[in-house]
Amino acid sequence: MVQIQSPLPGTFYHKPSPEEAAFKAKGDAVAVGDVIGLIEVMKTFIEIKAEAAGTFAAYTVDNEAPVTAGAVLAELDD
Amino acid sequence: MDIARLFIANRGEIAVRIIRAAKALGIHTIQAYSEGDADMLAVKLADESVCIGPAPSKDSYLDIAKVVAAAVATRADAVHPGYGFLSESPEFARALEAAGIAYVGPTADTIERMGDKVAARQAAEAAGVPVVPGSKGRVATVDEAAEVAETVGYPVMIKAAAGGGGRGIRIAANEAELRKLAPQAQQEAQAAFGDGGLYLERAVQSPRHIEVQIIGDGERAVHVYERECSLQRRRQKVWEEAGAVCLDDETREALCASAVALARSVNYRGAGTLEYLYDEARNEFYFIEMNTRIQVEHPVSEMVTGIDLVQEMIRVCGGEKLSLAQEDIQRNGHAIEVRINAEDPHMQFMPWPGKVGAMTIPEGDGIRFDHFLYEGYQIPPFYDSLLGKLIVHAPTREQAIAKLAEALTGLGLEGLKTTAPLHLALAADEDVRAGRFHTQWLEPWLEAGNLTKATTGGAS
Repeated sequence: MVQIQSPLPGTFYHKPSPEEAAFKAKGDAVAVGDVIGLIEVMKTFIEIKAEAAGTFAAYTVDNEAPVTAGAVLAELDD
Repeated sequence: MDIARLFIANRGEIAVRIIRAAKALGIHTIQAYSEGDADMLAVKLADESVCIGPAPSKDSYLDIAKVVAAAVATRADAVHPGYGFLSESPEFARALEAAGIAYVGPTADTIERMGDKVAARQAAEAAGVPVVPGSKGRVATVDEAAEVAETVGYPVMIKAAAGGGGRGIRIAANEAELRKLAPQAQQEAQAAFGDGGLYLERAVQSPRHIEVQIIGDGERAVHVYERECSLQRRRQKVWEEAGAVCLDDETREALCASAVALARSVNYRGAGTLEYLYDEARNEFYFIEMNTRIQVEHPVSEMVTGIDLVQEMIRVCGGEKLSLAQEDIQRNGHAIEVRINAEDPHMQFMPWPGKVGAMTIPEGDGIRFDHFLYEGYQIPPFYDSLLGKLIVHAPTREQAIAKLAEALTGLGLEGLKTTAPLHLALAADEDVRAGRFHTQWLEPWLEAGNLTKATTGGAS
């Protein structure tokens, strides 16, 4: 199990825009550098990228939820 | 004045600024705040405060129904909108009017009219204010476009009449390019907006951004001189000055008089700013838009004139007449403001909402720091990155830059990363010191690595 953490406090988004699908869904292959979500911090959107490869398990916080720095955003199965 | 209880529908440094102005006028202050802002400085300073919803702006500071309900519930006589959020919303101004609460700003109709670029341009032209030379309305054919371009002078911008947000804008340097680009622009406009109509405007090369502060009481209006705001990154001002030393006295007088003419023609009430492009080579200025609110950079105008713009706007919107005649407003020296943002300029300006540690605030004659910080404050990540504005005032521009460098060196904000190093580097830059810049200057300067060079002494 690999955890992806937020480097910054802010608002977490599963989707690139409200009309689109989430970046990743359960079972998707995740490569190093894949974008799994966005953090909005001070009106700027920062891409959250996987630092390890794996299979996407789940988002661990809701879409559009406030998060703190270090919060676990998603988990991957090895 | 009819305002005894003022509701502040904003946050951050401008909320603090408004509270201080209101208190100086003996007005009771009521601060609105979101759940993300419960511990902000304005809440601590206000006489009372009221929560208006969750942290995201759309659920709190931008929610007209919630803000108006809170103003009614706290028995406010008037609402100050600050800048950003609902400060240029005619719907908000109308909702307050319907609730019997005064709005510290112009009428909803004026906000609406000046917020519409075409209507604002028409109002400016009617008041005799120069606008960017262009076609009178839409052009139907490529031949007509070429004729217009010949009159206004190349290069020209080709824009979709129905468009907005920069879509479909092309720049043609000569007639051959225009004949190639105009049909493309027509097709794109047709596809995007179902309307292939175009209009043309002269593309002003490397313009300066110069703006004029005005204030009116609904009948009379005066100007509080101009500001030079050309140092911008991503269309956000980072460094602002009063006055614009590139202007000769005759041009300055004409510019400021044009702003007053427009303000009078719309019976303007409150503080407002007319923004212009200034073409230095031609010594010509063109109105581009009006902001119907107080602006972030208002303190530089206050420093050179000694006028408290926020107090004055509260007074006139409370039904008083302007306390100033034009001849009472004199310029004295030079002022510079720099925006201290919670961003790391060495990391592509990555936002950095840290927790404020020990603070050292520079003090002294001609130094002012408008901010909302206190030791131990955790900067919330939900809003923009402006932490404060460091403002200096000195007899000359050269002295003001020296004072700015000194004040920046004396500013200590532990626990944060801020844009202060950018401003120190700018204050040391030869072009900035000589006043040689325009709106397209700062981004290439940053891309060329000048910030890194300045802060490592060229060692990298």
